[in-house]
Amino acid sequence: MKTICMYFEIHMPNHLKRYRFFDIGTDHYYYDDYENERATVEVAERSFIPSLQAMLEMARTYGKDFKVALSISGVALELIEQYATSVLDLLQQLNETGCVEFLAEPYSHGLASLGSTESFVDEVKRQSKRMKQLFGKTPKVIRNSSLIYNDEIGATVAEMGFKGIMVEGAKHILGWKSPHYVYSCAHDNRLALLLRDYKLSDDISLRFSNTSWSEYPLMADKYVGWIADMPAGEDVINIYMDLSALGLYQPLESHVLDFIKALPAEAQKRGIGFATPSEVIAANKPVGPLEMLHPVSWNDEERDTSSLLGNCMQRETFNKLYDEKIVGRILACRDRRIKQDWDRLQASDNFRFMTTKDVNAYRGIYESPYDAFTNYMNILGDFLKRVKDLFPDTVENDELNSLYTQITNLDKDLEVKTKEIARLRARLEKYEPKEEAAPAVEESPAPAPAPAKKAPAKRAAAKVAEPEEAPAKKTAGKKATSAKKAPAAKKKPAE
Amino acid sequence: MFGWEFPPKIYGGLAVASYGITKGLSLQGDVQTTFCMPRPTGEEENFLKIINMSQVPIAWREPNYDNLCSRLVGHSADDYYRFRNHIYADFNYMQGLDDLGCMGFAGGYPGNLHDEINNFSIIAGVLARSEEFDLIHAHDWLTYPAGVHAKMVSGKPLCIHVHATDFDRSRGKVNPTVYSIEKNGMDHADCIMCVSELTRQTVIHQYHQDPRKCVAMHNAVYPLSEEIRSIVPNKKPDEKVVTFLGRITMQKGPEYFIEAAKRVLDRSRNIRFCFAGSGDMMQAMIELAATYGIADRCHFPGFQRGRQVYECYKNSDVFVMPSVSEPFGIAPLEAMQCGCPSIISKQSGCGEILTNVIKVDYWDIDAMADAIYSICTHDALYKYLSEEGLKEVDQITWEKVGLRIRSCYDQLVGRGWFDVNDYRP
Repeated sequence: MKTICMYFEIHMPNHLKRYRFFDIGTDHYYYDDYENERATVEVAERSFIPSLQAMLEMARTYGKDFKVALSISGVALELIEQYATSVLDLLQQLNETGCVEFLAEPYSHGLASLGSTESFVDEVKRQSKRMKQLFGKTPKVIRNSSLIYNDEIGATVAEMGFKGIMVEGAKHILGWKSPHYVYSCAHDNRLALLLRDYKLSDDISLRFSNTSWSEYPLMADKYVGWIADMPAGEDVINIYMDLSALGLYQPLESHVLDFIKALPAEAQKRGIGFATPSEVIAANKPVGPLEMLHPVSWNDEERDTSSLLGNCMQRETFNKLYDEKIVGRILACRDRRIKQDWDRLQASDNFRFMTTKDVNAYRGIYESPYDAFTNYMNILGDFLKRVKDLFPDTVENDELNSLYTQITNLDKDLEVKTKEIARLRARLEKYEPKEEAAPAVEESPAPAPAPAKKAPAKRAAAKVAEPEEAPAKKTAGKKATSAKKAPAAKKKPAE
Repeated sequence: MFGWEFPPKIYGGLAVASYGITKGLSLQGDVQTTFCMPRPTGEEENFLKIINMSQVPIAWREPNYDNLCSRLVGHSADDYYRFRNHIYADFNYMQGLDDLGCMGFAGGYPGNLHDEINNFSIIAGVLARSEEFDLIHAHDWLTYPAGVHAKMVSGKPLCIHVHATDFDRSRGKVNPTVYSIEKNGMDHADCIMCVSELTRQTVIHQYHQDPRKCVAMHNAVYPLSEEIRSIVPNKKPDEKVVTFLGRITMQKGPEYFIEAAKRVLDRSRNIRFCFAGSGDMMQAMIELAATYGIADRCHFPGFQRGRQVYECYKNSDVFVMPSVSEPFGIAPLEAMQCGCPSIISKQSGCGEILTNVIKVDYWDIDAMADAIYSICTHDALYKYLSEEGLKEVDQITWEKVGLRIRSCYDQLVGRGWFDVNDYRP
């Protein structure tokens, strides 16, 4: 049976503000709040809300006969949480119908998959965690930013335990092969590749309202007819696009949502079903491995990364951003603002704004690629300086990591001890209900478990009631191996 | 074609543009150009016919043939006699006639410029009667009266070329005499070629011309000669040079360059700023630099000519043209030919045909400083602009301009009027 797998990406960038080079070192806030609010509200009202409502309606009408997959980038989720919470409500409602699968993707919608595997893995984990928090399920299928994929990325995500990944069905990769089968990763056959049918996808996202297109007006029966007419055996039709295609690229006046709503009924007539990516992977065995040495993406006609990393300005930015030392430091540090800025600065849109391939490309607040480059590099200059100021330049990343491991271990120790103290104190109170806690303290270290040998004596007990936080950085800097110093450090607010 | 300047004698951009246009047309093979100018040097290239307006008779004299031949610069003695047969009124009353019956021109831009323009127009009347031609093309306002006169006499279509308007030169405070000459020329013209869309809009709105007869005809550049290409840049590795090249006058916006320089130097001291050129604001600019305490980083080498100009570009890391109003501005194209990235004001006409340059508003000194700093600090941007700029500017040739002018000519000669809507470049 033929199956349609529809997937929509929810992403919008954090617009950066005009940042001059003389702001470097003085101003650490990089965002254009006004533009972010305006853009988020606009895309939510014109596209996300009506589209999600339409899907909700479809889910309620067709029940199990309609399935869809969605993914939200972490940075977009932050914007939605801030400016357009109604989108979140709709997503929740949609989730409750059970017809939707949420996918994993890199938190920042950035290019970490090409720059730093370490950071990529970290981002995907964070994103998966958010999805689990919000929608109750850990994603099993992943899509990378702009559908960027090559064999190495495949191996990485397979290692992380993902069952499948979405890939552009680029002609120059497939050759005579059809995108309507499930393939497997050339480096790891546990990972299934779902190939986007760019023709059918672009028919909706790029051409739907184009009156000079030969197939205009596109009707649901014709569209589903094309799918039904495909050769037997070509069972998986993957239609992937940005959610903003519905409503923003293709205006609502073009009745694109009515078209989408009509699809399940037409599909039913012809015995075509809908499925989520996980269901597709479960139902279809990979027909064979697909080798992809060079990254492909769903951008442009070339389906490669040339609109993101095509010119030397973009490559310079990329190299600065994913410098090994920098990435290591950012991952090691616990400064939340740095981590957040790192997510936002990575977003691939920042690279897209610098493209010189298309003179009329959308560039956000920028007028030209040079303008985009200059502004971004100013911000990056300030950001990198902040990262470098975190730790002395002489400290290597490995050293940093071992220090952090120590801190983490100490944290765990402390946690164990705190619990122990609380338990003992409670027990003590049972025995000596009238007495003060002070005399009891002297006894408490003794029964503590092995790691607590040098447990903080007097003050520790007085502080047990305080909520435990991670110890301050100072401990790390001084290579504190003795737990004695921990309580002293505790006074400082944790980073 | 009426013009005021022609190489090798160069006063400003007009000579270069006149050369480029005539050369571009001559390459088509079937366009014959007669270039009438006040005072040729005799060393002009000979792909076109030069008529020396200083030696066109307007009063009958009988000069000795040998004497005549030895004295004529530009056209021949036969031309002289033919012109003499077409004197159309008695100009003996005029002051300054020489023994050939001609009015001399000082050349260039002397104090009695208005008299010279008038004389130029009188002589054009003689030429219009004696020469055979299909079309009149007049460059810049100095020759408009001559063009109009020639059109009145011959009835041939008049095409005028607006290289600049008085609105650009004076920031809006126009000289009424100049304005009236310009306006009169435009009113009589059948086709107005403007060096940029910016200028075209000025012509339409300030001179109230019909948009249909105005067309933007962008300038181009000639490929660099081998001699200039072989100049080896003399750059210091740890120092960057930012250059302003042009007349230091109000029109060119030098004060914005200083302001931007100050902002850049506040942060980074290994950048030098070079003001190549002279002009009435030079003194004020030196004082301004001193006031800001950046005089040690600002250099004023004075007016540059010929090879020096290209050396200057080659030694620079950034070229800045912050013109307040620039009809076209050929300098950034020359800088790009030398591989020097350019920052130009959005008020410059050449920005309309360039993509690999950074464009900022002339008053936006923050953006200008940012762009300068960015090119100086990020090699990727420098490299990109330098390489892509060179590729781009190599595509802008006078041959193409010649073809576009030709298509306008074809309309004018073919049916007698010009409509920009029918113009297909």
